[in-house]
Amino acid sequence: MTEKEYRTITDVKGPLVFLNKTEPVSFGEIVSLRLSDGSTKNGQVLDTSDEMVVVQVFEGTAGVDLDTGIRFMGDVFKLPVSKDLVGRILTGAGKPRDGGPDIVAEHNADIIGAAINPYSRRSPEEFIQTGISAIDSCTSLVRGQKLPIFSASGLPHNDIALQIARQAKLKDSDEDFVVVFCAMGITAEEYNFFRYDLERTGALENAVLFVNLADDPAVERLITPRLALTAAEYLAFEHDYHVLVIYTDMTNYCESLRQIGAAREEVPGRRGYPGYMYTDLAMLYERAGIVKGKEGSITQFPILTMPGDDITHPIPDLSGYITEGQIVISRELHQKGIYPPINVLPSLSRLMNAGIGPGKTREDHKSVSDQLYAAYAQGRELRGLVAIVGEDALNERDLQMLKFADLFENKFLRQSRDEDRTIEGTLDLAWELLSSINTKYLVRLDQKWIDKYHPTEKK
Amino acid sequence: MSNKGQIYRISGPVVTAIGIKAAMFDVVRVGDEGLMGEVIELHGDKCVIQVYEETSGIRPGEPVINTGETLSVALGPGLLTQIYDGIQRPLEALEEKMGVFITRGVDADGIVMDKKWTFNPTVKVGDVVEPGSVIGIVQETETIEHKIMVPPNKEGTIREIKQGDFNVTETVCILDDGTELQMMQKWPVRTPRPFLQKYAPDTPLVTGQRILDFLFPLAKGGTAGIPGPFGSGKTVTQQQLAKWSDAQIVVYIGCGERGNEMTEVLSEFPHLIDPNTEKPLMNRTVMIANTSNMPVAAREASVYTGITIAEYFRDMGYDVALMADSTSRWAEAMREISSRLEEMPGEEGYPAYLSSRLAEFYERAGRVETMSGDDGSVTVIGAVSPPGGDISEPVSQGTLRIVKVFWGLDAGLARQRHFPSINWLNSYSLYPASLDQWYRDNVAQDFPDIRTEISSLLQVEAELQEIVQLVGSDALPVDQQLTLEVARMIREFFLQQNAFHDVDTFSALEQQYKMAVAILTFQSEAKKAIAAGAALEDVVNVESRTNLMRARFEQGYLEKIDNLVGEMKKEINSAVEAEN
Repeated sequence: MTEKEYRTITDVKGPLVFLNKTEPVSFGEIVSLRLSDGSTKNGQVLDTSDEMVVVQVFEGTAGVDLDTGIRFMGDVFKLPVSKDLVGRILTGAGKPRDGGPDIVAEHNADIIGAAINPYSRRSPEEFIQTGISAIDSCTSLVRGQKLPIFSASGLPHNDIALQIARQAKLKDSDEDFVVVFCAMGITAEEYNFFRYDLERTGALENAVLFVNLADDPAVERLITPRLALTAAEYLAFEHDYHVLVIYTDMTNYCESLRQIGAAREEVPGRRGYPGYMYTDLAMLYERAGIVKGKEGSITQFPILTMPGDDITHPIPDLSGYITEGQIVISRELHQKGIYPPINVLPSLSRLMNAGIGPGKTREDHKSVSDQLYAAYAQGRELRGLVAIVGEDALNERDLQMLKFADLFENKFLRQSRDEDRTIEGTLDLAWELLSSINTKYLVRLDQKWIDKYHPTEKK
Repeated sequence: MSNKGQIYRISGPVVTAIGIKAAMFDVVRVGDEGLMGEVIELHGDKCVIQVYEETSGIRPGEPVINTGETLSVALGPGLLTQIYDGIQRPLEALEEKMGVFITRGVDADGIVMDKKWTFNPTVKVGDVVEPGSVIGIVQETETIEHKIMVPPNKEGTIREIKQGDFNVTETVCILDDGTELQMMQKWPVRTPRPFLQKYAPDTPLVTGQRILDFLFPLAKGGTAGIPGPFGSGKTVTQQQLAKWSDAQIVVYIGCGERGNEMTEVLSEFPHLIDPNTEKPLMNRTVMIANTSNMPVAAREASVYTGITIAEYFRDMGYDVALMADSTSRWAEAMREISSRLEEMPGEEGYPAYLSSRLAEFYERAGRVETMSGDDGSVTVIGAVSPPGGDISEPVSQGTLRIVKVFWGLDAGLARQRHFPSINWLNSYSLYPASLDQWYRDNVAQDFPDIRTEISSLLQVEAELQEIVQLVGSDALPVDQQLTLEVARMIREFFLQQNAFHDVDTFSALEQQYKMAVAILTFQSEAKKAIAAGAALEDVVNVESRTNLMRARFEQGYLEKIDNLVGEMKKEINSAVEAEN
């Protein structure tokens, strides 16, 4: 740590402070600013050269003037980690928010996080039962996966995330996850909702919360998820915990990224978001996984609200290219009063095939899931046709598909907020609903599964 | 100015050095930790370097050393079965040195330097060798003979040639001018390796994927682009090609993609058996994995590293297939570096040279006469990830202007779980004209005609579907309803192929042909039956047709198919008899 304090600020622009300085400062170094009223702020070096240093101030630059003293701390940003993190609520910058003592560090971990060597990863293949039929049957989640919830304003994504956090477990196991919850720019109301729910169910004792609220500095949002993931990595890879990271709302994070980019006068990419947003998001999402030689795992549930319900907006779009699928919440289903309003058609889990089947869920799972998709997709498509020509113009096959779509939404998707279905229960329910369709139209089902599981035609 | 200078400025992966003598694309070592970088711009006494590793903690004033070499790959026995990062560091070696997380400042040789290989010469003392001449052979894996070639810039008469076990840096051959040749050679990745001439492609790259081989074939030495939104199956398609295509060597570049996906490939490939050689697929594969969170400059380099390795095997006379997943991430890496350089952007922030870089890359594909007079090819298949699935964006457009095959993935099909979700209406291949003769000679005389019939049926269906959307299918005349039924059969039975099913994942050309013929047989038999008075319902719902379709998931389908078609014919005919 250098003791020298510089007072050589030349420009302040948005969250950025520019200063001339005399000694070499390293890239990414942590900076402490002492304001004239005696308060301090923290920042990080974004650009450094012999003539000029650019510092990004995490808490915003309000109150910074040309006399503000700047000290370079000689190190990059680190989070003190220890097992005591579990059960704590911290600010978006990693300071206690629950009135408790500072974290006594077992060691300090670099928050940027190194990339996992792809060769050292293990393939995620342990099925996680969330108890939600739509997810378990059609977009099955596995340990070590990153599966975002693509939602939009006014939809119950928070309820779904909490239900998952509450119910998620390995099949036939009571082993719980440690939840690392990372709030970025959400309202105090939403935060309280999460907190009370975690408290109510006792999950808080098994959780770490990093909280950056809507009125906290936007720049801080850029480090909050990195802190959360650093804590998650520590718990998973040094203490063998199975960690479920929920972060909400990625959209706010990306807005902050854009804000900093604009302040730095960078060339913007699509819709003003910086060209490196893909890489930046990847540095968060890719920190999910399981690795050789370690027991623990990191499973990620990022929540993002799609601006204007638009799945092609850069935030969901780039996320979708990095994450292993997505769970899409549908306004249409929500308005029909269906909870959880998950539209399984655009939803996807890329790691599903590795986590289902004999010995993992049930032998007929893949077949049933394909058939559910196909039948529901056809049924939904036919609704458009029926609106024009009426049901009379449909043949028997189409009529059955149409009816199935309604059954699927009302009996299969719909469940209550504390209903925890087993995967067997989910699959049996699927068979029951599929049996409303004549077997000869169920071309995705292997005959041997029909013989074994079909409620009326099994042998 | 010397080959040693110091850091002046650091901004992310872009570092400016001062007081160093450097040429464009020289490889430099940056900072106290000696991070690897490459010179990408010169300004007076300053030079701009893109650094292949994370730069935080580096400060101005630290040393920069010029190695005087351009970014090169090591080529020689030991490439196959390897998994590299973007700058040819073996990931396994990195794991040994640093554990599961990739830290920085660690170097690893591209090929193992101390392993002994058995070198068998194919030339003798006194022979004249030219650039690219084969001087000996190493059995690198069970299936692949690695041919040791004279590097492109050397030639002469053999003074001495050895036989026996050597490592890649030991001299195995001496020319009359005293030039010593080793099994390893280095080649700068940004320079295409030389060849004598390019040929027109005339042989298909058989992939075992029905929609690809049958409707939109790719030639050996050709280029293909696979654009598609996320979740439409780009990666699965690429992996299917890496698994089942009949290339002799496969180079798979995971460029800026998911870590878990690479792991899946890494854990799956060693267990897969090549249908052509009955040996593990890994024996013919080189993998490059630079995932999305690994340094962006190395991602930019990964594509060049891959294609240089592919060209090297081509020069031995092999057919090489290279998959790049995804070229969009490569383009984004260019964009990121360009914007750090404060270059004037072209469309959507991409550098103005984007399309010329894409063109240069795809132009390194081709079927060639190698320096030694052999015939070798590099086929390039690039995945493109257009934002929002909209292919009007610069990377897709830049790619489509160059490639000859377009496999357009479709989110709508993916949502219906129609896989591979390649849209048969807007995809195209410009190769059938040059490949038809091969199909006639090697599969069936009428192969091209069957293809035309199948694709025109799909076209007709698309038109009929528009009417059905308005009035429902019952309002159509019976013959058109039958056409719809046949087209559905093409889609569900023929075009859909389950990549995760042990049997269905690969379909030999002969089987593809028989399946297509079976569909047309159903059509003609059904037409006859309906003309003779049978009801459409009865004809369409014959059980033997369902059996014919379901049986494709069973082993030995090729042998059963004729019988199944026969049964179908019989049953359709009996539907007529029942009516009369």
